[in-house]
Amino acid sequence: MSTQPIRTDVTIVGAGPCGLFAVFELGLLDLKCHLVDILDRPGGQCAELYPEKPIYDIPAISVCTGQELTDKLMAQITPFEPTFHLNQMAESLEKTADGWWRLTTDIGTVLESKVLVIAAGGGSFVPKKPPIKGIEDFEGRSVFYAVRKMDQFRGKHLVIAGGGDSALDWALNLQPLAASVTLVHRRDEFRAAPDSVNKMRALVAEGQMRLEIAQIASLEGADGQLSGVVLKDKERGEWPLACDTLLAFYGLTMKLGPVAEFGLNLHENLIPVDTEKFQSSTEGIFAIGDINWYPGKLKLILSGFHEAALMAQAAVRVAYPERKIRFQYTTSSTDLQQKLGVA
Amino acid sequence: MRIRVTDHEGIEHALEALEGWRVMEIIRDWGYPIRAECGGACACATCHIYVDPDWVDRLLPLSDEEEAMLDQAFDVRENSRLSCQILMRPELDGLHVTLAPA
Ligand SMILES: Cc1cc2nc3c(=O)[nH]c(=O)nc-3n(C[C@H](O)[C@H](O)[C@H](O)COP(=O)(O)OP(=O)(O)OC[C@H]3O[C@@H](n4cnc5c(N)ncnc54)[C@H](O)[C@@H]3O)c2cc1C
Ligand code: FES
Repeated sequence: MSTQPIRTDVTIVGAGPCGLFAVFELGLLDLKCHLVDILDRPGGQCAELYPEKPIYDIPAISVCTGQELTDKLMAQITPFEPTFHLNQMAESLEKTADGWWRLTTDIGTVLESKVLVIAAGGGSFVPKKPPIKGIEDFEGRSVFYAVRKMDQFRGKHLVIAGGGDSALDWALNLQPLAASVTLVHRRDEFRAAPDSVNKMRALVAEGQMRLEIAQIASLEGADGQLSGVVLKDKERGEWPLACDTLLAFYGLTMKLGPVAEFGLNLHENLIPVDTEKFQSSTEGIFAIGDINWYPGKLKLILSGFHEAALMAQAAVRVAYPERKIRFQYTTSSTDLQQKLGVA
Repeated sequence: MRIRVTDHEGIEHALEALEGWRVMEIIRDWGYPIRAECGGACACATCHIYVDPDWVDRLLPLSDEEEAMLDQAFDVRENSRLSCQILMRPELDGLHVTLAPA
């Protein structure tokens, strides 16, 4: 699937705190932004890894949680009307004949801009893959870490592994379509919405779903097609369970991912930048936040905010070289206040 | 104070440890392969280790949060712990742990 390219001033890869604040700094300079993130919501690590944990070192905010910081940033950038392309992996980058960066996502969104800002943090969040021998041979054919189309699992004998909301939600959603569903989890406790746990337990009691308190030891099958999994547990040892599909939900991990293929110089999976513009080795491509590297770099949110401000000054000169830029304070500039919708 | 860490190849290393440091931080500081993606916030399970059975009882018990986070680890055993949740103190001098598969 490929859609009509969207042309904008700036494309930002990553909607973590630094990508979000970049919208603000770029917005003050009249640059419009589109953001891409593989997660289903903005906030990056703050929203995904520690939404409820406190942060104490955001200047002037004594304490706020990861989610509160995200919410505050979202409120702060509202006047600039950024467009979010969530649940999408920024996959490939090329330069158009007329000198724009063309970024294509895994579901075919095409964004073209003069400036590309990589705020990819610790990398894209991707599902954790169990370190089971030979699992790669089955991936995409009979082993999956996400559900894109439910119908794909109609009539299948499914093993669903994991004990969180994803495992429970998919076990419940796929149960009516599948030939059978067995939920496999290491302990008889689930960290998931109580309502889902109750529904699952009811189905198990009625014999419509199976629950195995065990871990997966190995896989059986050939040519990419599973024929079963071997389960294990301390008391019972190992035993086979026939199935044709495994869905594994063990949470997310961060991987640099496609950004590695964007043709930029990398230094230990980070993007080296200068500390004047936070530009990468390629003109027009900037990198801010946890993804960049320069001498003395600290992976802190406040560093990313500073980087966003300086990057924006350079970005506007790339996008609109003819424009005259003056330095103004939000306190005293009616022009800036109008942009913020307060004057 | 030292801890003993058996790596993925089965080789044991004795690492100088500082009081108040997390076992994860000691392993990471010495450059052994531990992802510890969340930096010790009990939010990623990528600092999973096995504690030598002789030492299991000398550690403070797991919190509910640590137990729940272990759901995202693999090959979890009775002696599984998240190494970011173990703080070094003098009684743990000599603690022996093994890195879990990642
Ligand atoms: C538990 C914990 C506690 C922390 N506490 C603090 C603290 O107290 N103070 C502090 O300053 N910092 C703290 N940090 C660090 C802070 O969270 C990071 O510095 C910050 O999140 C970096 O922001 P970022 O925007 O650069 O990247 P991230 O937050 O990592 O966001 C990057 C986003 O980019 C997306 N992405 C990457 N590649 C792609 C792609 N190809 N396609 C689509 N999307 C992509 C990812 O999915 C992700 O959402 C903490 C971190 C953790 C884990
Ligand atoms: S470092 Fe993430 S849980 Fe220990």
